[in-house]
Amino acid sequence: MKLDTQRPAREASSPLISAHNIVKRFGNLTASDVDLFEVRSGEVHGLLGENGAGKSTLSKILYGYYRPDSGEIRVEGSPVSLRSPAEARALGIGMVFQDFTLIPALSVFENIVLFMQGLPRVLDRRALQKQIAEAAASLGTSMDLEVPAGALSAGDQQKIEILKQVLAGARVLILDEPTKVLAPQECSGLFATLAELRSRGYGIVLITHKLDEVLEAADRISVMRKGRIAGVLDRSAATQAGLLALMFEGRGTREMTRRTARSFGANALELRGVCTDDEGHAVPLGDVSLRVREGEILGMAGIAGSGQRELGALVVGRTRPRRGTKMLWEQDAGEWSIARLRQSGVAFVPENPLEIACVGGLSVAENFALGERRYRRGLGIDWPRVQADAGSAFDRFGFPRPPLGAGMRTLSGGNVQRAVMARELANRPRLIVALYPTRGLDVHSAQAVRDKLCASAGEGAAVLLVSEDLDELFDLCDRLVVMRRGRIAGEFEPAGYAPEAVGAAMVGAAEMQRAN
Amino acid sequence: MQIERTFWKVLIAFAAFGLVLLIAGKHPLQAYADTAVFVLGSLEGFTELFVRMSPLVMAALAVSIPARIGLFNVGGEGQIYMGALFATGTALCLAHAPSWLLLPATLASGFAGGAAWALIPALMRIKGVANEAITTLLLNYIAPLAVGYMIFGPWRSPESLSYPQSPKLVEGARLAVLPGTRLHAGLLIAAACLALCAYVLYRTRWGLEMRAIGGNALASQHLGLPVRSYIVACMAIGGGIAGLAGMAEVSAIQGRLVAEISPGYGYMGFLVAWLAGPSAAKTVAMAFLFAFISSVGDVLQITQGVPFAVVNILMAAILFSVLCGGKRAGALK
Amino acid sequence: MIAVLIVATLAASVAAGTSLLYATLGEIVAERAGVINLGLEGVMLVGAAAGCAATSVTGNPYWGLLAAVLAGAAISVVFAYAVVDCGANQLAAGLSLLFLGLGVSALIGRPYSGAIIHGLPSMSLRAPLEQGAAVLSVDALVLLALPATALVWWLLSATRWGLRLRAVGENPAAAFAAGCNRRRLQYQAVLLSGVCSGLAGAHIALAVAFTWAEGMTGGRGFIAIALVMFARWNPWAAVAGALVFGGAEALQLQLQASGLDVSPFLMNMLPYVLTLAVLPLTGRAGRLAAPAALGRPYTGVE
Repeated sequence: MKLDTQRPAREASSPLISAHNIVKRFGNLTASDVDLFEVRSGEVHGLLGENGAGKSTLSKILYGYYRPDSGEIRVEGSPVSLRSPAEARALGIGMVFQDFTLIPALSVFENIVLFMQGLPRVLDRRALQKQIAEAAASLGTSMDLEVPAGALSAGDQQKIEILKQVLAGARVLILDEPTKVLAPQECSGLFATLAELRSRGYGIVLITHKLDEVLEAADRISVMRKGRIAGVLDRSAATQAGLLALMFEGRGTREMTRRTARSFGANALELRGVCTDDEGHAVPLGDVSLRVREGEILGMAGIAGSGQRELGALVVGRTRPRRGTKMLWEQDAGEWSIARLRQSGVAFVPENPLEIACVGGLSVAENFALGERRYRRGLGIDWPRVQADAGSAFDRFGFPRPPLGAGMRTLSGGNVQRAVMARELANRPRLIVALYPTRGLDVHSAQAVRDKLCASAGEGAAVLLVSEDLDELFDLCDRLVVMRRGRIAGEFEPAGYAPEAVGAAMVGAAEMQRAN
Repeated sequence: MQIERTFWKVLIAFAAFGLVLLIAGKHPLQAYADTAVFVLGSLEGFTELFVRMSPLVMAALAVSIPARIGLFNVGGEGQIYMGALFATGTALCLAHAPSWLLLPATLASGFAGGAAWALIPALMRIKGVANEAITTLLLNYIAPLAVGYMIFGPWRSPESLSYPQSPKLVEGARLAVLPGTRLHAGLLIAAACLALCAYVLYRTRWGLEMRAIGGNALASQHLGLPVRSYIVACMAIGGGIAGLAGMAEVSAIQGRLVAEISPGYGYMGFLVAWLAGPSAAKTVAMAFLFAFISSVGDVLQITQGVPFAVVNILMAAILFSVLCGGKRAGALK
Repeated sequence: MIAVLIVATLAASVAAGTSLLYATLGEIVAERAGVINLGLEGVMLVGAAAGCAATSVTGNPYWGLLAAVLAGAAISVVFAYAVVDCGANQLAAGLSLLFLGLGVSALIGRPYSGAIIHGLPSMSLRAPLEQGAAVLSVDALVLLALPATALVWWLLSATRWGLRLRAVGENPAAAFAAGCNRRRLQYQAVLLSGVCSGLAGAHIALAVAFTWAEGMTGGRGFIAIALVMFARWNPWAAVAGALVFGGAEALQLQLQASGLDVSPFLMNMLPYVLTLAVLPLTGRAGRLAAPAALGRPYTGVE
């Protein structure tokens, strides 16, 4: 994954873009308080920090998406006012977001053209197609322009995003966590593109929370912590320990939960040859077979859109298998309703709990009581019992008790996930399906979630953990499967946990050859 | 305060409507005054308010109950007509039955007619065919045609060939009426429905689950709530209540099935429900307001020759006033 | 006998379908921009009433068309303001527009209620058949129907404006990131829809019925909304749809004229029943063709 360092970087002159004394608050939260951040021509400037450190906010300010409460942005030394992304783009600043801003239903051509500046009212398709093909070739890629953008892989979509910005005249490219959706082998393709751009004088901001990326690819590294720049280092001067110290300021590195040797019981969940349909935009599952035993944590890796969500939906009962069997505790559970599955001990901890696992407008207590038969009393609900159970569940997990009458929506992200976990784990479920449970959480909340999953496994529950964080999977899981295009593409025992091997399965070994 | 804001918005709407009337060469203040005199000064005018509130409250419930789970039932008008149709059919067929059987049967079939009419869009919704907003609206056009067909055809009363209507219903099928007025037992039915719905929504498990589905249908599914069953049940109950309104119009007001059994109560009920939200008290208040507006329409028609339909402008003005008053104003849920 | 019926119906369906086509075209543009307008019926009524009024006053039906266009656009502005600027629920705002249209059209049209209006001049192409004749009545709006369809198709697929409009309807956040002005585009789309619906209403009043009656559009606005789905938001498919539904209307007149003893009430139900019946046929693929952000008010950063 090394950048080609044979080609010399352009000599750095006045910064392409710089941000001075930027302050941005959202309500009580100071998201950004930056004295100086600058990007030079011909440089890859890494912006490093953990989740919530303020990297995204700063970059969105640079792109005109947010307006700072105070401070100044300068392009090549002259102050400018950025009131919208359109103005930023006119000044040559481009941004590739984590969630791509490609419009899936429109074709690649249309997505790119939408972005271009100074086009005539009537589009000259042929000339534009030629222009785009040339630009793509110069970046070393080629693609079918008429395909709907939604049909492409994440790596290709990202290339289009970069191409879009280049064709729109960007000279500064900000990339927000670009490797998040890529398999390890696809990352080398990305860094090759960045090297090409760097050698042609572009300034690149690489936002990431991964140390190794920044140590490999960046020329300079700015570390952010709590909205401030904690330090700026040249790559030559940067070490892993030094960067970690800047990122965490004495909190130490992330505590890894070490797996302890556990004994496993009978099969809790077993899938044999399961296939599903492709309804709407869902990825169809093909011939999926796996099993999770009691007390075991089975991890599931894969690049986004490989079928993990669909598998989760199948296990918790939202979809039915078209073929194959789904066995729960040796019973055929393929046709069971969600309610029945929950009654028999299946729990679901998803990402985005406010969207998927609870009703924001109802209170914590009401969310606790929903769908639970045990709280029915006549026509109504046994509220005293709900409150007692909820309270004791929070205590048992060591979570601080939120006010039970408070609307779920008013809790912070971490607290919502804690509340959902308390509810799901309160009745000692026998199978827990955790779908990206730590996504978007701050470090402490994420750790709490991981600890509780481990504790549940220790008590005999079977856990299916889907995650994009390979480190998390390597730490917690007793076995690991990789999904790709709706199928199981590989299985790994702890001895074989290595990013290259797992990455190869995630992206398909043949593609690995091509990317290299 | 919410109530004060709504009050000002309604006032602005009345002013805007008045302006429109002025431009058209009419006299809005005179009309408002005349209506007030009619409504407050005469027994007929005063009781007429309540006579109109009864179907308005029931039509509002027809919108409100499905709205709690996020459905858009705009088919109140059609459901009223079908309730009227079914009730008439039962009353005519069982005309010789004893009254302890006849009246309940008529009530039940009125409910059933509205419920069945609402079931069609409900089923189309759960089968993923179409959004109920468009299907209920289309059905609104079919139902009055069905009524017209019956009263021009099989149910044509031989007494009045020039003005088609069904034969008069026997006494046993008629709801009690307060002598000297048009106040009828339908009002009690409306009040009972309102109270029952409020109770179910806030004091029962079903109400909690409905509010959950309305808040987040996806999460409710994940929690195992039977969302599709609720869709069908809420639409059927809402439609059934509208059907009861239709039955009451036939049974208490008209005494028979006529071509225009509802002057748009279904659509007015939608506005009432939208403005009132989940509050039972507000539903009554808004129904009162719209009954008043309905009287304004009558007065305009009689005293100034303005078509009744013009009063739709006032209703639209009120709704736009609320809709445009901010992001959270006037939400159904 | 059947062949006669079919040919006669087809000819008559052009007249009946023209107004449907205009309304559908306008709504396609609006929905591609992410706005669904349930009040289409109200706009058509206002167009019809304004058309009748202007034609009666000036004696020239083309002034009537202009009045219909202006009236349709004017009344749509209120709806656009509620939906685009205030972020109101589109379904509720659409129904408000419906009421507004019902009321305003009643007010404007009252003096002309039932009066015979000398509407749009038309060419009648008669083809005598065994029984009766097939009459294709071609007026200015019928002539312009297919060019209008081509115009809408061209606007949506070959211009910068159309691309931006479709982007707004698919993903307003991405469109904003690409520099599209959502407010302006949605206003323009709604106004264009108002113009088309005004024309649609005017056609019914000035070229089909030659009079004004309260509520004369009889639910065609809702049929148009269903047609948009049926045509999968494609202008050319809308032509086919408009002919089919226009045909349903024409069919009932033909059947009555041919002496078939069917209740007019049942016949009048035909277009609505047909609309309901074809909704399942739009199918999964059809619903996936919907603009992704249709009906959702934009609550993001702007």
